[in-house]
Amino acid sequence: MRVNVLLFASYADLAGRERLEVTVPGPATVADVVRQVRALVPGLDQLPDRPLAALNQTHVRLDAPVAEGDELALLPPFAGG
Amino acid sequence: MGYLTREPIDPGLLIAEVGGPESGGVASFLGVVRNHQEGRAVLRLEYSAYEPMAEAEAGRIVAEAEARWPVRVALRHRLGALAVGDIAVAVVAASAHRAPAFEACRHVMEEVKRRLPVWKKEFFEDGTVTWVGAGEAAAAGAVLSASDRGAAR
Repeated sequence: MRVNVLLFASYADLAGRERLEVTVPGPATVADVVRQVRALVPGLDQLPDRPLAALNQTHVRLDAPVAEGDELALLPPFAGG
Repeated sequence: MGYLTREPIDPGLLIAEVGGPESGGVASFLGVVRNHQEGRAVLRLEYSAYEPMAEAEAGRIVAEAEARWPVRVALRHRLGALAVGDIAVAVVAASAHRAPAFEACRHVMEEVKRRLPVWKKEFFEDGTVTWVGAGEAAAAGAVLSASDRGAAR
C-alpha cells in the first residue's frame, strides 16, 4: 500500500524534502513505514527510532495500523509558544 | 476560526472575543520572543507548523478546556518571522470568577507546548541557526504518545 509521508522542520532538512510516497506491504503499522523511510531516504537514517507521528492529522502510537492513501506526518519535538 | 496567524497578535482583540458582561475574571498569558537562549543572543525566530493539524489540535485543546472549566478561551499562535518582543502565542480565558480563568489559561498554554505541531528556528547573533529541540529528537517518542491523551485511533 502507498502512504504519503510528510516531513517537517529538522526532519525536512535532513531529507532535503517535505514529502515522499512510501510503499509498504500490508498490513502495516506506522513503525513499518518509519523503518522503510529510515532505510530508503538518504539523511533520514538519522531519524530517531521512535519519532512522534500523526496519522491523518491525529497523534498516533507507532503500533497504529496504516491504510492505503494515509497521510503520515513525522514530527520533530515541538517548540511552540 | 483560525488559531494560527501570520499577523501580529492583538491581546485586546482576544479579550474582547471571550470576555463579556458575565466575565468577572479574565486571565491571559502571552509568550514573547526573548533576546537570549541558553546564554546566547537571539536576533529573531521563525515559526512553522503542520498547519491543518495544528489548527485541529488547537481546537481540541480549547474545546477540552471549555468542557472542563466554566470558561471561554481564545488562543492564537503566530507563524513566520518574529522579532524580539513580538508575541508568539496568546491565551485568554474568561470566566465568572478568577480561579477557573487562571487554571484554564495555564492548562491551555501547557497543552499548546505539549501537543501543537509547531517548530521554531532560532537565528543567533553569531550567525548560527538551529531548530529548537532538535537535539532532543532521540527522546521524542517518550515525550508524547496518543495514549497519554486518549486520542488513539
